[in-house]
Amino acid sequence: MSKVRVLVGTRKGAFILTSDGKREKWEVNGPHFTGWEIYHMKGSPVNPERIYASQTSGWFGQVLQRSNDGGKTWEAPGGGVTVEQGRMPKGESNRFVYDTSPATGKPLTTHQWYDGTQHPWEFKRVWHLEPSLTDAETVYAGVEDAAIFRSTDGSKTWQELSGLRGHGTGPKWQPGAGGMCLHTIILDPSNPNRIWIAISAAGAFRTDDGGKTWKPINKGLKSNYIPNPEAEIGHCVHHIAMNPKRPGVLFMQKHWDVMRSDNAGDQWTEISGNLPTDFGFAIDVHAHKPETIYVVPIKSDSEHFPLEGKLRVYRSKTGGNEWEPLTKGLPQSNCYVDILRDAMAVDTLDECGVYFGTTGGQVYCSADAGDTWAPIASFLPPVLSVEVQTLP
Amino acid sequence: MIRVVLPFHLRRLASVDGEVELEVAPPVTQRSVLEALEARYPMLCGTIRDHDTHERRAFLRFFACEEDLTHESPDAPLPEAVATGKEPFMVIGAIAGGCSAGL
Repeated sequence: MSKVRVLVGTRKGAFILTSDGKREKWEVNGPHFTGWEIYHMKGSPVNPERIYASQTSGWFGQVLQRSNDGGKTWEAPGGGVTVEQGRMPKGESNRFVYDTSPATGKPLTTHQWYDGTQHPWEFKRVWHLEPSLTDAETVYAGVEDAAIFRSTDGSKTWQELSGLRGHGTGPKWQPGAGGMCLHTIILDPSNPNRIWIAISAAGAFRTDDGGKTWKPINKGLKSNYIPNPEAEIGHCVHHIAMNPKRPGVLFMQKHWDVMRSDNAGDQWTEISGNLPTDFGFAIDVHAHKPETIYVVPIKSDSEHFPLEGKLRVYRSKTGGNEWEPLTKGLPQSNCYVDILRDAMAVDTLDECGVYFGTTGGQVYCSADAGDTWAPIASFLPPVLSVEVQTLP
Repeated sequence: MIRVVLPFHLRRLASVDGEVELEVAPPVTQRSVLEALEARYPMLCGTIRDHDTHERRAFLRFFACEEDLTHESPDAPLPEAVATGKEPFMVIGAIAGGCSAGL
């Protein structure tokens, strides 16, 4: 019988929840890395026992962890002794160095700071880890300040794909309220050279040549909080989701507005439809029905909690515009939690399971594609991210 | 032997209990102690000071002999009591600050 493993990153450590395919009884393992913020964990599709974790702290900075046994034990890959001749041994796995200009040796570019001045890129943390679809040793990292890095040695060393920052719009990027973070990475299973990423508050970008060159893909987005609402960049994209069985059809939760693109991001159209509010963070797609999508509407950018204190997931079976509230098993009074951008995921069992975590420390599961919900953990620290592995 | 006291999270990361003891050739300075520490425990690289600039992370402090040595030159000799192992060199997480912005 299949099993499900849910990887939960929280403000104060990591938790691993496991169940059989019925998804009724859950075992909670953890906390791992107690006291550290775990922004994201994700398993390799090639080797599900290989899991990568981003462990961060305002005091001690970034640490990368990986597991080779499904999260039972962990190692900091650069933590072993690596002796370079004439130099001290170094731990490298948490070393994210931005590329410089080959011509001048100076920083590749600067970005716009809150006060409108130009500011150098400064590494702060890894927001998202995206393991390769074909090689367990290759993994991508989306970081703050916004950039994408790649490791081909199991997260031991990292190299920037600097064509993203260097393509020309970098100096116009500016941080959102949560910092200038690259939080979404989507790999195209039908085209190894195509990657989508999203940055708050710069927008969505795509490469079609394996990361050498990138272009903004924000046509159709309209953001009234920037001087030119339809500018090429500057949109606060909160998250993008894609059903891997239908590459190129993308669904976006923007700061405000839920959007879709049917041409790999070249053009976006709004699908907010009858949502009670189209502000939110999380969005995901049913594993088998690519026109079935899920969002959790949040009241507003000033009030990060569900409308009327009622926690409702909204599902569209029509690819957007027509939405239905899903409430069975979810609190319908006095609920003032938030659901963050990387805190929703789906499994790939025949009856698709949908999962999300809250800033109140609950993790909910629906084993029937959203019809009914049940908490599978209730008193964790604030949940930053949720990923799901469907295991044989 | 130089004695170093690490904060809880760095002891966990380095898988050590209690104080760390290090061989450090003179002169015993912040820099030489931290380099010996990182050489013994490479997983601590980047967690106390920047990988490349070696600047101290903002929310960490260095204490010894009941003195705050945080803002001393990294190449200044540490107190004799540290150099002789009588007193430990302490890496302390600052009480204020450190929490990241909202997601």
